[in-house]
Amino acid sequence: MITALVTIIILAALAGVATVATAGAPKEISLVHRIDALLPQTQCRRCTFAGCRPYAEAIAQGAADINQCPPGGERTAKALAGLMGVTPKPVGKEYGVVPDYPAVAFIEEDACIGCTKCIQACPVDAIVGASRHMHTVIAADCTGCELCIPPCPVDCIVMRPAPAVVR
Amino acid sequence: MTTEELVTGGLRLEAHKQRSTKAPIRAASLTERYVIPLDQHSGLPAVPLVKPSDRVRIWQPIAQPAPGISAWLHSPVSGEVLAIEPRPAPHRLGAPTLSVVIANDGRDERFENAAAIVSFERLSPNEACEHIARGGIVGLGGAAFPTASKLASSLCENGPKLLLNGAECEPYISCDEVLMRERAEDIVFGARALLHALCSPSCTIAIEDDVPDAHTALRLAIDKVGDARIRIKVVPAIYPAGGERQLIATVFDTEVPHDGLPADIGVVCQNVGTAAAIARWIRDGQPLVSRIVTVTGDGVRDAGNLETRIGTPFSSLIADCGGYTERMSRLIMGGSMMGTSLPHDDLPVVKATNCIVAASSLDLQLRGAEMPCIRCGNCSQVCPAFLLPQQLHWYLQPFDSDQLDRHGLLDCIECGCCDYVCPSQIPLVERFREAKPLLTRELDAHLSADAARTRFLARNERLARLEAEHRAKLAAKRRPKNEPSS
Repeated sequence: MITALVTIIILAALAGVATVATAGAPKEISLVHRIDALLPQTQCRRCTFAGCRPYAEAIAQGAADINQCPPGGERTAKALAGLMGVTPKPVGKEYGVVPDYPAVAFIEEDACIGCTKCIQACPVDAIVGASRHMHTVIAADCTGCELCIPPCPVDCIVMRPAPAVVR
Repeated sequence: MTTEELVTGGLRLEAHKQRSTKAPIRAASLTERYVIPLDQHSGLPAVPLVKPSDRVRIWQPIAQPAPGISAWLHSPVSGEVLAIEPRPAPHRLGAPTLSVVIANDGRDERFENAAAIVSFERLSPNEACEHIARGGIVGLGGAAFPTASKLASSLCENGPKLLLNGAECEPYISCDEVLMRERAEDIVFGARALLHALCSPSCTIAIEDDVPDAHTALRLAIDKVGDARIRIKVVPAIYPAGGERQLIATVFDTEVPHDGLPADIGVVCQNVGTAAAIARWIRDGQPLVSRIVTVTGDGVRDAGNLETRIGTPFSSLIADCGGYTERMSRLIMGGSMMGTSLPHDDLPVVKATNCIVAASSLDLQLRGAEMPCIRCGNCSQVCPAFLLPQQLHWYLQPFDSDQLDRHGLLDCIECGCCDYVCPSQIPLVERFREAKPLLTRELDAHLSADAARTRFLARNERLARLEAEHRAKLAAKRRPKNEPSS
């Protein structure tokens, strides 16, 4: 009972903070959303932020440049430059290379030991599986962020070209 | 330009059908080899059931549908499977695609297909669709969409209205016209089978006002069976009257929603050739292994309509029609307006091959050098999909996906009317055709980005909640035990 009460209080407090933030700077929030809409939503953290939304927030506050998104490539950099009213520039080399084609993660199922480390690493919940049971990537939901690759203790995750969409 | 054209869009084009409709349908001569591409229908390629050096008989199934939208394929001759390998295909503009190659032994030994014998009247709608699928029936109007899939997705409580499309608006194609003239009974039989399969209350056969012979033949065939559910509707011969959406708008005075299908407004549209193919399958047990192909144009000596087995090379059909004339300049599959140019004639007839135009310079509207758009607006007056081609063209340079989507690029039916009237000779349709896949890809990327964002935010929220719960639990543990729990 206490647990529930405390949780409710904490959540209410969080919601209150969020509401205050919204009320305090409505313009800023809408700019964050507009920037976020231009980002590819890979959630790969190559921009050094914890996902696309945090990167969008950083750009809006002037804490990040517009050329930090390799998956978005030149197009995203250009669109961001247009929105922010700055001169376009190519994606910075230090953030990684711009991929040639969309890719998704694939788990070599024979090698998987079921450690759940990749499941915890996936920013979009695109990996299913349970402890000591084989894991697999839902290709349709995978953004190709590659965040699941370093935690894998048996190196059984590889990147493959994304399957074509059949309409 | 008349008021009528201003209202509906489209063009009155000079018909070139008489060249190929003078003579009755004749059979194309048989050849030694037949090439059957596995991906000749819309959807996924079929999966082969035979392997090289297998003996096959005529009408024997040689490939089964892949899961999803796909179709059966049958052998058009008896003989031996030579290979299953990539061969140039007309629907791939001459690029190779996996095909079954069959050597004809000329004996036409019949395959006894147990699946072909059913009493169709007793089948439920779903079983009827399944039976039609087993005949390898696909839409013969040109898109080759598997008929059973279309029927199955259109089944509804009160039965959709059936529309048989006999409005053959392309100026050179006449295969449906001769079919209606000579095999009207097949069409009416197929119409009744479709009415049964769909539990449909009525069938409308739409034909253009310039084919009186076909009209008479159909009327006689309908009177013969005395079916009051089937009626004929004459539509004006304005290109592209036979486009599915355009025809539905003309006949039923209702527009198909731009992001929907005819089934959404309770209509199923099938080509008259498809109805005749269904009749042959249900009545005679003959799967879709042949179709009528119009061979015409100023580049061929003796134009006509040929009953052709699927897999016959184009070169054999051209030879049947007396060969090329010296004026021959370009080979086109489909009509002169919407067809595609082919690099050579060593390509097999597929289920979608309704017409082969051997065009000379007299047939082709020669295109001059492209000039800038003068924004005359002629294109938007003729567009049958009510689009603004000049605006679409504007938003292509540079590619503005938002505006292109808002202006309905994906609703373009690629009829070519805007090209035809453009005084600046801009190849509009070619540009639109290239841009459509790019736009589709971009819209798909937007959709999956939205989904990824939702999942990312939902996950963050969940992690925050779990963290909060965990902290709350720890806090509860640290509290003295004797405190009352509530």
